[in-house]
Amino acid sequence: MDGALVVVQLLNGIQLGVLLFLVAAGLTLVFGIMDFVNLAHGALYMIGAFICASLTLALDSFLIAIALALPATFIVGYLIERVFICHLYHRDHLDQVLATFGLILVFDTLVHMLWGPAGISYPLPNWMNGQVNLFGFVDFPLYRLLIIFSGITVAIGLYFVIVRTKTGMLIRAGASNRTMISALGVNINQLFRYVFATGAMLAGFAGMIIAPITEASIGMGSDVLLIAFVVIIIGGIGSIRGALIASLIVGLIDTMGRSFLDDLMKLVVSNQAAETSAPALSAMLVYILMAAILFFRPQGLFPPKTR
Amino acid sequence: MIAGLKLHGGVVVAILLLLAFAPFIIDWIDKPFYLDLVTRMVILAIAAASLNLILGYGGMISFGHAAYLGIGAYSIGIPAYYGEYDGLYQLAITIIACGSFSLLTGYVCLRTKGVYFIMITLAFAQMMFFALVSIEEYGADDGLVIDLRSELPFGFSLENSVSMYYLCFFILLFFLFIIHRLVNSRFGMVIRGSAVNDSRMQSLGFPTFRYRLLCFVIAGVMCGVAGWLLGNFTNFISPEMMDWTRSGELIFMVVLGGAGSLFGPVLGTAAFVLIEEVLSGFTIYWQLYFGLFLVAVVLFVRGGLDGLLSKFSRSDK
Repeated sequence: MDGALVVVQLLNGIQLGVLLFLVAAGLTLVFGIMDFVNLAHGALYMIGAFICASLTLALDSFLIAIALALPATFIVGYLIERVFICHLYHRDHLDQVLATFGLILVFDTLVHMLWGPAGISYPLPNWMNGQVNLFGFVDFPLYRLLIIFSGITVAIGLYFVIVRTKTGMLIRAGASNRTMISALGVNINQLFRYVFATGAMLAGFAGMIIAPITEASIGMGSDVLLIAFVVIIIGGIGSIRGALIASLIVGLIDTMGRSFLDDLMKLVVSNQAAETSAPALSAMLVYILMAAILFFRPQGLFPPKTR
Repeated sequence: MIAGLKLHGGVVVAILLLLAFAPFIIDWIDKPFYLDLVTRMVILAIAAASLNLILGYGGMISFGHAAYLGIGAYSIGIPAYYGEYDGLYQLAITIIACGSFSLLTGYVCLRTKGVYFIMITLAFAQMMFFALVSIEEYGADDGLVIDLRSELPFGFSLENSVSMYYLCFFILLFFLFIIHRLVNSRFGMVIRGSAVNDSRMQSLGFPTFRYRLLCFVIAGVMCGVAGWLLGNFTNFISPEMMDWTRSGELIFMVVLGGAGSLFGPVLGTAAFVLIEEVLSGFTIYWQLYFGLFLVAVVLFVRGGLDGLLSKFSRSDK
């Protein structure tokens, strides 16, 4: 393996990590504050991608499409909360899992009805399509670099909102003791509605920016959701910092494992054994990591301090 | 109350009788396709009943139960790929594979609680799913076709669909009997007690972790046997069998029928398979209505079909 390839794959890993963070952030906040398991979170990722696809094709501008699709997914998230989710807070986790599982079927089929069974791909603006030369010896797609930058910007913004603003203080207070802050006169349900919608918008944003690479397709949400679950388990459910660190760990390990595990294994076992077992093993790598972490720390790496 | 018990028991007896004579009834109305439907229903009922043991009685919400269906199915598929069709041998592999997978994952999963448990069981099932998707030798995404069904002793042939059905049906009855005996034994009391209040059971001196782990393994092996039957029945295996949506469907079957009731999963599976069959005949968008139905069941039907039956029979009085 040569140095340039390692750097490229490192950056690809970070890009996947950033994307996972955008999805995991909403998931972990919703769980942290309302003790609510939302399987349908991945649906917002998919819906974001499809709305953005239609707008890009109609308006012929990727950036304007994103600017319009963000508030659209915010509204979709808000409506989902008002119609379905708010009836489920006082239920146990089993009911929440089942009901949101049902919602996945509903949204996947709705997307199928509205946009048809095939995926939709949409083009990037020309200026985003090139390669950039990094450190003098690596060519890396400009667009993937933009994904990393926008993800990091969102992460910093989120950190700022949660740590430095009054809303953020209320969110943190709600996560550590919901009953207490509603007793202090804060409308926690109202606050939560906006947190939920913001989480939906972030997931939608992740879908919008990845779809030019992968295309918008039915079921894309479930794929990312399941890895996002691994992320928030590793990071500690309810912790934004844990979600960020775990996203990067998972993104890097998954990408590096898929690219280099067979080469590494060839150093230890025969070529043929490495080539047959490496794909299976690298697909399992993230889950093995999760099992190992949970074995020693059942609450994840950064469990939020509560109560 | 007594009249209620009669109605409730009556429905269960009626369904069991219907299942017992299903091949004759289907033969009589001359719709051989329905035998496939009923066989699939019975196999899924075995899987749902095994999930009910940990979910309904033990309070362990496993979102990865379909993994055992898949492992059981691959335990015939892989030997068959190498030309080994001995049913008992395949069954032994199923039991060992599912037993060790549930023991290993259970050992990690049961250290966690609540949502962590739901998600980590889901993650382990996904791990198996992706592992099998990436093994080219055994067909990866496309799966494997099984040329011959398992060969059983005493010349009992599974190639005949009626005997295939009766094998499934008797295994269902046998497992329901075992579950009934288990949950009413001292072992079952510990499991149920620990579902309600684990720390109290521990302070009473029960090493609940070991009890729960054993219960988890038993359920895994039972579901593996269902997978063994499913692989035989479909003559085809693929990673799809352990897709996470299948795990979600199994949970729904248990909850729809009534978690923590012996025959609940059988009722739930029957209702599930029938509704799926009817809806998918109407429209290609049937999953939309199915999803809404699922949400409605969660929101409005507490205690599942079994609970509804008991409620109706009580208000009858």
